[in-house]
Amino acid sequence: MTSSTMNNSPRLDSKVPAGPLQQKWENYLNTAKLVNPNNKRKHTILVVGTGLAGASAAATLAELGYNVRSFCIQDSARRAHSIAAQGGINAAKNYPGDGDSVWRLFYDTIKGGDYRSREANVHRLAEISNNIIDQCVAQGVPFAREYGGLLSNRSFGGAQVSRTFYARGQTGQQLLLGAYQAMERMVGAGRVKQYDRREMLDLVVVDGRARGIIVRNLATGELERHVGDAVLLCTGGYGNVYYLSTNAKNSNVTAAWRCHKRGAFFANPCFTQIHPTCIPVSGDYQSKLTLMSESLRNDGRVWVPKTAGDRRSPEQIPEDERDYYLERKYPSFGNLVPRDVASRNAKEMADHGKGVGETGMAVYLDFAESINRLGEKVISERYGNLFEMYEKITGDNPYKVPMRIYPAVHYTMGGLWVDYELMSTVPGLFVLGEANFSDHGANRLGASALMQGLSDGYFVISHTLGNYIANTSLPKVDESNAAFADAENDSRERLATLLGIKGEKTPVHFHRELGKIMWDDVGMARNRDGLNHAISAIGSLREEFWNNLRVPGSNDTMNKNLEFAGRVADFMELGELMARDALEREESCGGHFREEYQTEDGEALRNDDEFTFVAAWEHTGRVGDEVKHREELVFENVKLTQRSYK
Amino acid sequence: MADKLMTINLKVWRQDGPDKPGRLAPYTVEGVNPHMSFLEMFDLLNERLILRGEEPIEFDSDCREGICGSCSMVINGIPHGPHRGTAVCQLHMRHYRDGDTLTVEPWRANAFPLIKDLVVDRGAFDRIIAAGGFVSVNTGSAPDANSLPVEKAASDAAFDFAACIGCGACVAACPNASASLFTGAKIAHLSLYPQGEPERRRRVIAMVNQMEAEGFGDCSNHGECEAVCPKQISISAIAIMRREYVKAVVASND
Repeated sequence: MTSSTMNNSPRLDSKVPAGPLQQKWENYLNTAKLVNPNNKRKHTILVVGTGLAGASAAATLAELGYNVRSFCIQDSARRAHSIAAQGGINAAKNYPGDGDSVWRLFYDTIKGGDYRSREANVHRLAEISNNIIDQCVAQGVPFAREYGGLLSNRSFGGAQVSRTFYARGQTGQQLLLGAYQAMERMVGAGRVKQYDRREMLDLVVVDGRARGIIVRNLATGELERHVGDAVLLCTGGYGNVYYLSTNAKNSNVTAAWRCHKRGAFFANPCFTQIHPTCIPVSGDYQSKLTLMSESLRNDGRVWVPKTAGDRRSPEQIPEDERDYYLERKYPSFGNLVPRDVASRNAKEMADHGKGVGETGMAVYLDFAESINRLGEKVISERYGNLFEMYEKITGDNPYKVPMRIYPAVHYTMGGLWVDYELMSTVPGLFVLGEANFSDHGANRLGASALMQGLSDGYFVISHTLGNYIANTSLPKVDESNAAFADAENDSRERLATLLGIKGEKTPVHFHRELGKIMWDDVGMARNRDGLNHAISAIGSLREEFWNNLRVPGSNDTMNKNLEFAGRVADFMELGELMARDALEREESCGGHFREEYQTEDGEALRNDDEFTFVAAWEHTGRVGDEVKHREELVFENVKLTQRSYK
Repeated sequence: MADKLMTINLKVWRQDGPDKPGRLAPYTVEGVNPHMSFLEMFDLLNERLILRGEEPIEFDSDCREGICGSCSMVINGIPHGPHRGTAVCQLHMRHYRDGDTLTVEPWRANAFPLIKDLVVDRGAFDRIIAAGGFVSVNTGSAPDANSLPVEKAASDAAFDFAACIGCGACVAACPNASASLFTGAKIAHLSLYPQGEPERRRRVIAMVNQMEAEGFGDCSNHGECEAVCPKQISISAIAIMRREYVKAVVASND
């Protein structure tokens, strides 16, 4: 990096502690200010979202004595979308003795993210990973075990060690229930107050600090004001901007986007993860896509016919006419290359006419060889529930016929910018889990999302929030404060506007149209013309939305179409910013693949001299006028190399 | 795809709010693709209702892959519909025939008050968990994960009960609207796992008491709960709950 490109925004102080990488977190803990145990109950903390990050944070803060209010859009905290995570959670325990260490987990995660994340954050994550497993086991999470009674591990993409702990194909469910139960314990103890069916519609900022939120009670339509000393946003990612994704139907960006509009910078919005192993799209009625866990790539082999246009059914294609392209191109990692690499290769095969199935937009994931080698029983123990899920959706039995898979939007690495303490650019607003941008760079490795959500919630926020509270004078604020009235009025007017357009097209119609634009132009492969097209097409769509939307019903009752309409409006603004971010990042890295920037053999070509930075966007009043700030990424411990999994 | 599109006749429970009268309203849905999920058929119907100027049908759904436990429809009298081990979001229209008539109703139980149309309030389940469905271990105080080996068979059995998605189909199917399978599954999970041992007595008493306080009925061994459970949780959970409860009560009388 040349000094002329060093251009760190004064607005983005990462607050990374001094000292060697391995000691930064310890140094931080040794010097962070503490809140007196008797004072903690005087502080109310608002935790929005009850996924892994939110539930674990609410439980932990309440155990420490804080007064916590917890909010979720579902009818129960237990249903947050972390529940659907399948494959596993990484930790550097090195129980299998295959050479794993905190350093290796750190290194694999930094490399997997294509060197676009902050060294200190990722190292802290790797250090904490082992505590997470201990905590979850103590809660009674039924991880897979060996006959000797000890915990079992499996491999995941982007690593050559077995460091992934799992609970059949329902790891997210079991970890979330552990965190949810820990939180419910605090509800029973009266230290967490739970607010279900609430959607956060605005952040309330008083004297420059986050002091509250406006939520809508989704069962009654009532708007509520909640006051706190800090707000923790744990509201997940924004993959549903593509309409079709593996996210749950209610997953959305609204809470984060409202915070963005109140001053929180949005970082690296274009970094999205397209997961390679999903059930392909089958028709235009489809409402969502279903993931098949990456763990399947441990025993499944990915292939397509060698000849383009070969329409024979898979069993009629002899071995020597099949192209196991991942094994061929990446002999060291084979089927376990990272997600971005696997996805791009599947697209390449489909682009060359080698895709399979009715639509040609699929590749095979074949278990025949593993079933021959290990027997159907072993495969069923490892993946039984995934095979069943596949059969329910497609009507095909994967024990007999190879699965058909294709990439789908799954996770968003971008999110609200946070410093080392997980605090956004709005003091007092902390952002945890997928909602922040911090740990996965331009590509997240499998089994790292659960690790990050629980690291942030169980082990990081309790310390960094304490440091904030202890260092900050927080004058008493109540609900009658003008900032609350203003924010509530804004929300009320917005709802009235959505209901008042009375046009001809439904919220879902606009969402689908947005999704098409995003998938075609801001999807797996991007280029200048496509991105410019996306920006203008989204602009027109927004214009039409505000003139021709039809939202049925009223505001004073449950009205899911009204909820969706507000979310689609925010997705359209975010989509435009994603396209701009992708356009201005003139390099390929991780999940962000710009066709103009690739190596001779079609791999992502980074431009470290000019783009080793986090792009953090500031809202300045109008969509399209966001100002980009840069946090330069400094690598003192790892050497930036061209990622290779060959 | 050359699959023939179907016409499905629906009778759907419509109710504007908790204290409003409800009724079964008829709808005809044309152009149903057999590969659609049941909920996607409802999406299609709702889109058409909005365009016709009518109010769409409210129903809960989120993950649409059978794990979050949000969806909750009784189809022709059976919670989650006719297929074993399947939440309604995983039910596909290929299992129905052109011209079929289906009645769709919400979960019905006093402890699950209706909010609107097919949407009910299942907060009672959260309160049962809050009463004791946990292991009391504060963050940061756990020993090394491998310090306590757990027999694989016990761990696998615990998992089978831990797989509960908290949807409430068991309550909707039970003639007594009992929550015994839900409550029993959590008690079984944590009593089979050694980490749950220290609190097993307090837990079962607190959870059973809360279950009763919420207004769920008693279990009289009909077995409907097991038959409709989308995760096929065994009714043996209820036997474990009873055994644990008796042991706990006897021990507390010692």
